[in-house]
Amino acid sequence: MKLLRAWLVGIPAYLWSGWGAMASLLMLVALWEWGSQVFGALVLPAPVEALRTLAELIASGAAWPELAATARRALTGYAASIIAGSVLGLIAGLSVTASMTSRPIVTVLMGTPPIAWLVLALLWFGAGDATPVFTVFIACFPLVFLGAMQGARTLDNQLRDMAVVFGVPRRMMLTDVYLPHVISYLLPAWTAALGMSWKIAVMAELLSTSDGVGAALAVSRSHLDSAATMAWITAVMTLLLGVEYLLLEPLKREVERWRDQVAT
Amino acid sequence: MSMLEVRTVTQRYGVSEVLRDIDLQVRAGESVALVGPSGCGKTTLLNLCAGLLPPTTGGINSGFERTACVFQQPRLLPWKSALDNIALGLKALGTPAGERARHARELALRMGLAGDDLDKYPHQLSGGMQSRIALARAFAVAPDLLLLDEPFSALDIGLKAELHALLLEYATTRRTAVLMVTHDLMEAVRLSQRILLMSAPEHAPGRIVWQVEFDRPFARRDDAWVYHNTAQLLATAQVRHAFSLAPVASPDTGGLYRAA
Ligand SMILES: Nc1ncnc2c1ncn2[C@@H]1O[C@H](COP(=O)(O)OP(=O)(O)OP(=O)(O)O)[C@@H](O)[C@H]1O
Ligand SMILES: [Mg+2]
Repeated sequence: MKLLRAWLVGIPAYLWSGWGAMASLLMLVALWEWGSQVFGALVLPAPVEALRTLAELIASGAAWPELAATARRALTGYAASIIAGSVLGLIAGLSVTASMTSRPIVTVLMGTPPIAWLVLALLWFGAGDATPVFTVFIACFPLVFLGAMQGARTLDNQLRDMAVVFGVPRRMMLTDVYLPHVISYLLPAWTAALGMSWKIAVMAELLSTSDGVGAALAVSRSHLDSAATMAWITAVMTLLLGVEYLLLEPLKREVERWRDQVAT
Repeated sequence: MSMLEVRTVTQRYGVSEVLRDIDLQVRAGESVALVGPSGCGKTTLLNLCAGLLPPTTGGINSGFERTACVFQQPRLLPWKSALDNIALGLKALGTPAGERARHARELALRMGLAGDDLDKYPHQLSGGMQSRIALARAFAVAPDLLLLDEPFSALDIGLKAELHALLLEYATTRRTAVLMVTHDLMEAVRLSQRILLMSAPEHAPGRIVWQVEFDRPFARRDDAWVYHNTAQLLATAQVRHAFSLAPVASPDTGGLYRAA
């Protein structure tokens, strides 16, 4: 009952924060509109133009397979990177030696331009799904790894000691003492990696595959079709925003309820 | 035989020696207070007794079955509500959710916490509320040894008196042994059968330098008795020395004290 009430009370706030996000997006669209008027439709087509092209792409059924292919690659690489990055990062963070040794490696991984990974992946895996998936994975992994390591390194020994005195068993130690702390480091890293995964997937497709949004972008580029280019970009952005605001954001709200109330 | 026994314990952090040759026993049902200047190693000694720290040399034996601690800081889990924090030890023991919530709520109310504070998170509570929750968390598991590190220092005098009474009632009915660190001599006189005085002059390792016993049952310790004995304690040369107070002209320690 109490939970239900809390949830009901929470809805207006969530919607309200949704309006905030909406407003900033509309501002971006306004900027885009202004840009298209200044530079001309060939350089930057008007938002309406792009949306019309997108509607046509969707109506003709051409959009879905491409979007699905990109989503599949981005999310596969993303899932692999958050699983591997979180697990390995946490393990590394628990040991001083492991975090000292992994730090420079991660810095190197972070610094390597994704395009370099893409070239390597092309050499190793050729054209096909493996190349974009690998590139996404390797670009997102260090980000998640660092977040997880930081989370494990900042675990509070005082709270652990307290839990030890009260005889908290291993499993409960993990779920009640360690995870809630670590999650607050993991979630931002996961969110950042999500945005990254789409960018990298599209970039990798541009050079390595014959389907997907990246490949479609390559085609519209060769036709000098800037309306289609913006249409595809808009579609990818919409998907990304959808995943973030429908999946990650509510998750974050739920697990950080105890912290949220400080800010509001 | 339930008893906590600390035998010639010396504790070092790196090269600096913090405690030297500490001997101390707490028997079942006994209440011992530990007083001494800041930094003399009281918290360290309590951590040793809680088993959180292995002693550098010497031995610590606890025959008690369940030890609960109130730390100097509340140490509440920030992501748990006040109620769930109180129930933490019960959850660790495997008590069913409904029962532990009921038990935690009952304890909290007895500690003067309001029902709607129990759904709040620690950062939404005052310092005094947090320390009462830490105390309730320790009481909740029905320990036979309670280690308390300045548990009442964040409370106003009214609440302090109330919780003193609660602790006494709780500890005497269950024969819970209590080892309590406090900076408040009056509190030590009111709540303990034995006061141990620690001292660490000029960064030397902390030692137990003096002790005093009070045989009077807690029920008969009225305010006048407590004031009188606190004043006597404050007039004792060892106490004044340990706390770097100027010596008094004619210390009158009477016949009440059995100095060790
Ligand atoms: N983890 C640690 N590492 C190194 N030195 C420590 C550590 N913990 C405590 N000390 C040192 O040990 C000494 C005793 O500290 P402790 O916390 O036991 O004092 P205390 O008597 O509880 O003081 P207070 O009354 O101010 O709480 C201090 O000099 C402190 O600097
Ligand atoms: Mg202390």
